[in-house]
Amino acid sequence: MHSEKPILTAKTALWAYEGEEHDFISTRTFGFWLYLLSDALIFAGLFASYAVMDNPMSAFGHPLADGLLSASRGLEQTFIVLGSVFAVSIGSLGLKSGNKGLVLGGLAVGGLLGALFIWFGVSDMLAMAAAGNGPLESGYLSCLYTLLITHALHMGFGLLWILAMFIHIARWGLDAMNTARLLCLRMFWQFQASVWVIVYVYVYLFGGAH
Amino acid sequence: MQVAIEGPWSPLFGRLTLDAIPYNNPIIVPTFIVAALAGLVAVGAVLYYKKLGYIWREWLCSVDHKKIGVMYIILGLVMLFRGYADGLMIRTQQAIAIGPNSPGFLGAKHGYLPPFHFDQIYSAHGTIMLIFAATPLLTGLGNVIVPLQIGARDMAFPYLNATSLWLTFAGAALVMISLFVGEFSSATWVGLMPYSEMASNPGVGVDYWMWAIQISSIGTTFNSINIIATIVKMRAPGMTWFKLPVFSWVQLTTAIIGLTAFPILTVALTMLGIDRYLGTHFFTAGMGGNFMLYINLFWIWGHPEVYFLVLPAFGVLSEVVPAFSRKALFGYPTMVAASFSIAGIGWMVWAHHFFTMGMGPNQIGFFSAATMIVGIPTGVKAFNWLFTMYRGRISYETPMLWAMISIVLLLIGGLTGMMLSASVIDYSVHDSVFVVAHFHCMVLVIGASAFAAVIFWWPKVFGFKLNETLGKWFFWTFIAGSLLVFVPMFMAGLAGETRRLDYVFNTALAPYMLWEEVGVLVYLASIFFFVAMLVVSLWQRVPAGESPWGTERGLEWLTRTPVPFYNFAVTPHVNALDETSWRREVGAALRPTRYVPIHLPHGSGLPFILGMDVFAWGFALTWRIDWLIVLTTIAMIAIVFIRSFDRNEGFIIPAEEVEAYEANISTASIFAEQPKRGHGLVGEAH
Ligand code: HEM
Ligand SMILES: [Cu+2]
Repeated sequence: MHSEKPILTAKTALWAYEGEEHDFISTRTFGFWLYLLSDALIFAGLFASYAVMDNPMSAFGHPLADGLLSASRGLEQTFIVLGSVFAVSIGSLGLKSGNKGLVLGGLAVGGLLGALFIWFGVSDMLAMAAAGNGPLESGYLSCLYTLLITHALHMGFGLLWILAMFIHIARWGLDAMNTARLLCLRMFWQFQASVWVIVYVYVYLFGGAH
Repeated sequence: MQVAIEGPWSPLFGRLTLDAIPYNNPIIVPTFIVAALAGLVAVGAVLYYKKLGYIWREWLCSVDHKKIGVMYIILGLVMLFRGYADGLMIRTQQAIAIGPNSPGFLGAKHGYLPPFHFDQIYSAHGTIMLIFAATPLLTGLGNVIVPLQIGARDMAFPYLNATSLWLTFAGAALVMISLFVGEFSSATWVGLMPYSEMASNPGVGVDYWMWAIQISSIGTTFNSINIIATIVKMRAPGMTWFKLPVFSWVQLTTAIIGLTAFPILTVALTMLGIDRYLGTHFFTAGMGGNFMLYINLFWIWGHPEVYFLVLPAFGVLSEVVPAFSRKALFGYPTMVAASFSIAGIGWMVWAHHFFTMGMGPNQIGFFSAATMIVGIPTGVKAFNWLFTMYRGRISYETPMLWAMISIVLLLIGGLTGMMLSASVIDYSVHDSVFVVAHFHCMVLVIGASAFAAVIFWWPKVFGFKLNETLGKWFFWTFIAGSLLVFVPMFMAGLAGETRRLDYVFNTALAPYMLWEEVGVLVYLASIFFFVAMLVVSLWQRVPAGESPWGTERGLEWLTRTPVPFYNFAVTPHVNALDETSWRREVGAALRPTRYVPIHLPHGSGLPFILGMDVFAWGFALTWRIDWLIVLTTIAMIAIVFIRSFDRNEGFIIPAEEVEAYEANISTASIFAEQPKRGHGLVGEAH
C-alpha cells in the first residue's frame, strides 16, 4: 500500500501531457445525483416530521389522514405520475438514436401528465381546505400540506425545466450539454415519482381511508 | 393568508419604518460611524487606484477556486472579528453586572446592556462564529487546497462554486445589516422554541437569523456537492484512492456530512418560516404544534454540523504535523477510517443536547453510549499525530505551534465532552457555562487549526511567508487569552453558573468573571499582533521561493510559488502518496519539460448578481415587503434561466503563453491582472 515507496524508473510517468480526460456528462450527472441525495434528505426530514405529527394530539380535534384522503384517488395520481415517468423515459431512448422527435414527444407527454398530476393534487387540497381542514388548523394538517405541497412544487419546477429543455433542444439539438441535462431531468423526474410512491404508501395507504 | 403582525405595515416598505434604525443607541451609532468610514475609505481607495474593473473582472466574476477560497477566508476573518466584538461585549457585561449592588450605565439597570440588547448580542455571537466565521474559513481552505492536492484545474462545477460563495456572502450581509436596520434574534444561535415563534417573538430579529442561516446553508450544501464531485471525478491520473492526501479525504467526509445534514436544517427552518409567515402550527405552543420536533431536527443537523467543522481541522493537523516532523503521517489508512467513522457516528448522537428534556432511560442510554463511542476514532487520530511526532525532527514554526496546541485543546474539549456524554453528569451541568467552555475548547481547535492552515499555505497562494516573530506573538497572546477565559469558565460552570446570563446574581462568581474579562482583553493584544503580522508581511513581501518551509510533502506543493491561476502548467501523473517529497527524495523531475495548451472556464458575473438578488430577497422577507419578495423571486428564476444559455466553453491558453507565464511566475499569480479573454472558444468542453 502507501508505505512501500514507488521506484523511479525511466518509464515512470510524471506528467500527463495528453491532458486529463474528464467525462463531462458523467461528472454532470454524478453532481446532479448528489443534489438528489440532498433533496432526498429534505423529504426524509418531512416524512420523519409527518411520522411525529401523525397522532390525535397534533391533529388537535381535526381528522388524521383517514378522514381526509382517499386511497383510490391517490392510486389514480400514482398511475398518472408513473405514466409520466414512463413517457419521459421512453422519450430518452431517442438520445441513443439521435431522434429529436422522440425526445421531445416523450417530454411533452410526460409534462402534460405531470401537469395533470399537479392539478389532481391541488384540487384535492383545495377540497380539503374548503371542508374546514386547511393547513392552519392543526400541527398535523400543517405537516400534511407541507409534505404534499413540497412535492408538488418539485413537480412544478420539473415542468419549468421541461419547457426550458424545449428551447434548448430547438437551439442546440442533442449535443453533450443537452444530453447531460436531459439525463439529469430524467433522474429528477424518476426521483419525484419515487417520492410520490412513498407518499402514497405512507400517507394514503397506511393512513388514508380505502 | 399572511399572519397578523405587530406594529405598522405599509405596501411599499413592509414593516420597515424609520424607527427601525437605532439612531439613539449609544453603542450602535458609533459602530455605524466607524463601519461607514471604513467602507468609505475602502471604496475611495478602490476608485482612487482605478481598481474597480480589476475587482469586478478578477474577483467578483471569478470562478477560480483559489480566488473563491481566498474570498471565503477573508469573509471568515472579518466575521471572526465581528464575533469577537460580540464576545467582548458579553464578557464585559458579565464582569460588571454581578449582584444587586452592581452599577448600571447607558440606561441599563445592571451593566451597560439592557437584557434584550444583550440577548441579541449573544445570539449574534454564536450564529456568526459557527456559521459565518468558522464555516467560511474552513470552506475557503477546502476550496483553495483540494483541487491543488488532487491535481485538478478547478472544481468540478466552478460556476456553482461561485454561487455558493455569494450565497454565503448574502447570508453574512443579512446578519451585518441587522445591526443597523432593525434588530437581531434574541433566541440564541439554536433558535429556542417555541420562543422563536411569532407569538413570543414578534419582531424581525428571528426572521433575520432564520433567513441568514437558511441562505448560507444552501450555499454550504452546494459546496458539499462540489467537493464530493471534484474529489471523485477530477483526480489527476495515477491518484488512486489510497494516494489521496488526508486533507482531501477529510474534506470528502466533511462534504458527505454537509450534503446529508444541511438539508435537515433547511427543513427545520422552512417549517419555522411558514409558522412565522403563514401561521401554520409546526412548533407553536398550541393547536397541535410540537416544539420538540424542532429541537430534534435542529440537533440532527446541529451535531453533524460540529463535526462538519472539526473534521477539516483534523485534516489540517494531518498535513501540518508531518510537514514539521519531517516524517510521513503515521497510520494513514486508520486516519481515513477514523474520519469516516466520526462522520458516521456523528449522525447518531444528536439527542445528547437535550438529555434533560424528558427522554426515557433507553434513549438516554443509547445516545449516551453512542456519544462516548465517538471518542474512539478521535483518540485514534490523536495518537496518530503523536506517533507522527515521535522521533520526528520537529521544528517549531508557527503552523506547528498552532497544530500542537490544537491537540492539547482537543484533549481538554474531548475529555469534557466525554464527561457531558455521561447523562448523570450532564443532568447537573447541562445549560451551564461548563458546556459553553467545552464547546469553546472544540471551536478553538478549529480556530487554531485554521490559523495553522492559513500560515502554512499562505506562501503557496501569495508567494511570500508571514512574519514568524509577529506570528509567535500572535500565538502566545491568543493562547494566554484562551486559557484566561476558559479555565475560569469551566470552574464557574461547575460552581453553578448557568449560561446566557445578562445579570449574574451570585456574587461569589465575581473573581471568575474578572479573570475572564482579563482574558478577553488579552485577545485584543493577539488581534493587534495578527494585524501587525499581516501588515508587516505584506509590506516586506520576502519571496518565499519554491519550497517555503523546506518540508512540504503533498501534491499541492508541486505547483509553482505563488500558485498560478491555472494551477499546474502540466497535469502531474501521481506516483506516491506524498508526491512532492517522493519526487524530491528520488530525484524525479519537479517541472515538466514541455508545455501544452490549458483549457479553463471563463468567469461570469451571474453568481455575484444572484447573491445580491438573494440578499435583497432575504431582506424583503425579513421586512415583509411583498412586492420585493415577488420581484426578487422572479429575478432568481430569470437568472438561473439566463445562465442555462451560457454554455461556458471557457478559453484556452496556448502552450507558448504557458511557457511565458512559467518563466515569470509572478505574472500568473492570482493577484496579477490578466488580459481580457474572449468567451466561447473553440475546442471540446470538458
Ligand atoms: C469527543 C467528542 C465530543 C463529545 C463526547 C461531546 C459531547 C457533548 C455533549 C454531551 C454536549 C451536550 C451538553 C449539554 O448541553 O448538556 C455537547 C455540547 C456541545 N458540543 Fe460537544 N462533544 C464532542 C465534540 C464536540 C466537537 C468536536 C464540537 C465542535 C466542534 C462540539 C461542540 C459542541 C457544541 C457547540 C455544544 C453545545 C451546543 C449548545 O448547546 O449551544 N463538541 N457536546
Ligand atoms: Cu453534539
